Amino acid sequence: MKNRTFFWFILPSLITMLLFIALPIISVAVQSLHIEHEAVMVEVKNCGPFGCKQELQVDVEETAKLKQERPLGQFNGLGTYTNRNHLAFTEIGLAWQSSTGVVDFMSKVLNLPFYRALAFTLTYTFVVTPLVVTFGFMIALGVNTLPKKIKGPTIFISLLPMIVTPLIGSLILFWMIDANGILGSTLQWIFEDPDLSLKASPPLTWIMLMVYGVWHSAPFAFIVFYAGLQTVPAETMEAAMIDGASRWERTRYVVLPHLMPLTVFILLIQLMDNFRVFEPIVSFSAQASATSLSWIIYNDLVGTESQFFGSAGATSVLTIIGVSILLIPVLVRTWRDFNQKVV
Amino acid sequence: MMSDIVHRRSPLLNIIIWGLVLAWIVAAGFPFLWTLWGSFKVQGDFFSKADWTNALYGVRTQIETGGVLTGKGYHGAWVTQEFWLAALNTSIVVVSVVVISLTLGTLGGYALARSGKKYAFYLLILALVFRAMPHITLVSGYLLPFFEWNLWGHLPTAIIVMVAINQPFTLWMLHSFFLNIPKDLDESAMVDGCTRFQAFRHVIVPVMWPGVVTTGLFSFLLAYNDFTVTATLLSQANQTMVPKIASFLGTTQTEGNVMFAVAAVVSATAPLFVLILFFQRQIVSGLTAGAVKG
Repeated sequence: MKNRTFFWFILPSLITMLLFIALPIISVAVQSLHIEHEAVMVEVKNCGPFGCKQELQVDVEETAKLKQERPLGQFNGLGTYTNRNHLAFTEIGLAWQSSTGVVDFMSKVLNLPFYRALAFTLTYTFVVTPLVVTFGFMIALGVNTLPKKIKGPTIFISLLPMIVTPLIGSLILFWMIDANGILGSTLQWIFEDPDLSLKASPPLTWIMLMVYGVWHSAPFAFIVFYAGLQTVPAETMEAAMIDGASRWERTRYVVLPHLMPLTVFILLIQLMDNFRVFEPIVSFSAQASATSLSWIIYNDLVGTESQFFGSAGATSVLTIIGVSILLIPVLVRTWRDFNQKVV
Repeated sequence: MMSDIVHRRSPLLNIIIWGLVLAWIVAAGFPFLWTLWGSFKVQGDFFSKADWTNALYGVRTQIETGGVLTGKGYHGAWVTQEFWLAALNTSIVVVSVVVISLTLGTLGGYALARSGKKYAFYLLILALVFRAMPHITLVSGYLLPFFEWNLWGHLPTAIIVMVAINQPFTLWMLHSFFLNIPKDLDESAMVDGCTRFQAFRHVIVPVMWPGVVTTGLFSFLLAYNDFTVTATLLSQANQTMVPKIASFLGTTQTEGNVMFAVAAVVSATAPLFVLILFFQRQIVSGLTAGAVKG
């Protein structure tokens, strides 16, 4: 295809991506270097029954004017990045000096909002992703052995957790594990603890969120693996059988290697999607026990009184850096594959 | 002969397999069934303090409304809380997003599939990087400019933003579908004197519909299921269903209102249910299309 023709074909798509994906990334970086204006103070004479006093007051009009003129706020350099709500270098330094051991130090660090969110996000990503792959593979193996007639309905039901809106899916689970909901009260009955509440304890909340994550994403891995299983070469299987390979050996040495490229694909998609975990925290109202990077950005943006664009920007930039680090191995691999193909 | 051997399994293995599959089906399907049934009860039954079987038989529902099933939740959500408006907004947003992203995506995806140049590959990689960006980080870049330019709160703004966020995925998927359409088809049309666009219009467009339908389904799901963009970029009056449900939660502590949210949740799930019912094959093939082709 000629370069010119290519250009005109891709142009509309490219423009939307540049305007609404590339530019916002730059805009976020610029925002993160700025901070909200401080309120303009004026000295006023305040006279009451006990005489007059000079007082400092917020000049609402001037503050609004300043905000109007320079909506970005004032330049703050990397100040937002290093403050308590983000990388918190000073606090970490203090914690390092004052703490008695590694455990103490960690608990102090995990009290800082950014590290708390980072800890949950990373734990979620690296616990849910392998579990999704494992469960997806097991379900695929299981469903593959079913009689043909019930395969269709099984796939239909399996798709539900994935297709349903994440916010809605997590709400449905949340209502069931409510202390008065069916699962919540069943658990209370099993553990004979009428006060057991999954919402009240941070570890249980974490587990609950991850269970939701696996429930939501396992169907994706299942479908991809299931499709892969249909293409396992029959000759290789037969040859393995003639050589006396057991069922387990056939799965281990024929099926698994065949599905390896699919596993990489699922891992890639899951890493990207799990790193942005957000909706379940909103529907589980879990922010007291678990926050994610996406959630703290959202929280800065929807504040009822005012929005903290600088703070949201800084967290966003840090998140983007995190995503890039996760992506690097995949990108390097794709790059190598492509260059091999060309040579 | 092959299948005979494969299907001969030890009984223990059979039990494990059936147990696993059954457990999965219950885990995947039961929550929806339960919520659907519960949405026709009153709060005292759906969240029963006394006995969970109340939700099955509707004991409190019988006392409070005189029937075993009640449509009160639905009436409250759709009429009192004006959920119909949110449903209308959702349909506008979803239809626009699907149509626009497919139009842009087919043009771009076709070009990427036929180019063969190195920069096409770089563009695909760039799209992959864009696909990985958490949506909320992008939204935090939009908000301030949108406020300044008075673009915030309107449906078209949310639509174009979702089209853009959707593009990387749409491009990848349509690109791999176009790779499957033989090159000879449009090239022979060009030998006969068509321009590239005419070849695309008259030869490729008629045969591309299976791929477009599948990609369209996923665009639909992305727009329909979105919470991040719609919750932050739309004003109260223009809210779509998902942020509306989220806002129910903030105000649902009083008796009865939780059931509004439950009814709204069931209402919003129903179209998805129908979608899978009719397009199961396309969804499955779409999920695997990206994977099988690398």
